Amino acid sequence: MDLMSLVSAVGASIPQGVLWGIMCLGVYITFKVLDFADMTVDGSFALGGSVSAVLIVNGAPPLFTVLVATLAGMLAGVITGVLNTKLKIPAILAGILPMIALYSINIRIMDKSNIPLLGEDTVMTQLSKLLPLSQNISSLVVGVVFCVGLMAFLYWFFGTELGSAIRATGNNEQMVRALGANTDMMKIFGLLIGNGLVAMSGALVSQSQGFADVSMGVGTIVIGLASVIIGEVIFGRRFSFLYKLFSVVMGSIIYRMVIAVVLWLGMKSTDLKLLTAVIVAAALSIPVIKDSLLKPNKIKKAA
Amino acid sequence: MLQITGVSKTFNAGTINEKKALIDINLTLLPGDFVTVIGGNGAGKSTLLNMVSGVYTCDTGSIVLDGENITFQPEHKRAKMLGRVFQDPMRGTAADMEIIENLALAYRRGKRRGLSWGITKPEREIYHERLKLLELGLETRMNSKVGLLSGGQRQALTLLMATLQKPKLLLLDEHTAALDPKTAKQVLHLTRDFIEKDGLTTLMVTHNMKDAIKYGNRLIMMHEGRIVYEVSGEEKKSLQVEDLLKKFGTVSGNEFANDRMLLS
Repeated sequence: MDLMSLVSAVGASIPQGVLWGIMCLGVYITFKVLDFADMTVDGSFALGGSVSAVLIVNGAPPLFTVLVATLAGMLAGVITGVLNTKLKIPAILAGILPMIALYSINIRIMDKSNIPLLGEDTVMTQLSKLLPLSQNISSLVVGVVFCVGLMAFLYWFFGTELGSAIRATGNNEQMVRALGANTDMMKIFGLLIGNGLVAMSGALVSQSQGFADVSMGVGTIVIGLASVIIGEVIFGRRFSFLYKLFSVVMGSIIYRMVIAVVLWLGMKSTDLKLLTAVIVAAALSIPVIKDSLLKPNKIKKAA
Repeated sequence: MLQITGVSKTFNAGTINEKKALIDINLTLLPGDFVTVIGGNGAGKSTLLNMVSGVYTCDTGSIVLDGENITFQPEHKRAKMLGRVFQDPMRGTAADMEIIENLALAYRRGKRRGLSWGITKPEREIYHERLKLLELGLETRMNSKVGLLSGGQRQALTLLMATLQKPKLLLLDEHTAALDPKTAKQVLHLTRDFIEKDGLTTLMVTHNMKDAIKYGNRLIMMHEGRIVYEVSGEEKKSLQVEDLLKKFGTVSGNEFANDRMLLS
């Protein structure tokens, strides 16, 4: 338990936080903007990793594989959207079904449950060939470039007519229909964007960690929610949309740092999902607990 | 402008909860007609509006609006011709979005929503001018979230949004019922001003008999899914609340209308 190992562990967690932050942006879009608890992401994250890894092993340019992975994720999102809006399957189940299906599909795609990328070209190794950067730093650079680009894109997109209608759909569906927009299409669009981002993140994470695994997506939704909530708690709810996107990515980085610290303190890595679930449950229940603590005081004041 | 022909709607058909909400409704609105709709709870007033707006589809009959058969059009398609204000002030606006964003969404009713910027500069001017008409000072806080507004303010805003693109038909579903009397009066005055200014064809459901008499050029009374009484023109102008109550008593077989109507 020396301090140096803590510093290096926390340092190494930052690039991971940024790369996973892309996934968190996707979860933010579905969960917060669209008000849709989308379970698909567990599947689409691994889908992104699988697609990217298979293509890389077969000699495709790494950056191109990220694009294909993103498109694959978008398709998964569309399927969830169609299940929910056209076939009227409740949101949670409409997400769980593709998530489970994607487990089989991902194994089909990879033809096995795991593809190592050691010795293969990735976006990160290509960058460290161009510039004298360590693997870790080039992961960070790649992550930051993607995040900044995506935040700019999302800020633009959700300011457009279409994007505004998607935001409004998450807010008041009834109104959006009365104002002549097709809320089914809006939801499908939102899920498309969200899952595209998640798969993109999965592709970059698999390239950064040097393998894709069919189980790499397990618990993604909870990690995404934890990051969104951490960002919200630390950076506040108000302010602009761009600031909120920024706080989501920061939330993801902080989440990774916390994980690095608790691992350093000696927690078993298999207990992390338990910890994450507890964090999310606690964060989501804060408003309720606050309320019940405040109410007796209010009554006293009134008397 | 609007022709409703032989429209019926039964909810939960074939079950113990079967409810005949509308039975063979025929109603024609001429351009510029302002029709008030009254009736007790469960008379089918709101259902009638929901059929026209496409929340429900007709079991039988047809609905033609401005020459276009909209009987089977989905809600969002026919929205291009309809302006709607709901009873619940929460339903007509998006709370987490700014006033100006809500207006911009309404400004695009019936238009393709593409990838151009959601609010353009010249629009801001239009919204500023329109918000002034409400005399609520909202034009100075266009970037406030709608969730911060009171129920009356939200309802006035919804009314503005419903008429921002001139609708072929304005549907008002007890849009002042959730407001306090003073605010309700203000919103009703605004409603009348907007309707008169643009000559809007309007269907207004209300629980308040006085309002039903005071506003509009035609009045219809509904009971158990049917239109049981209709009055217009001079006859409507000379109508008294007592006449309506008596009328209501004879059609429903009850001496008195329900409490809400008596009190209002």
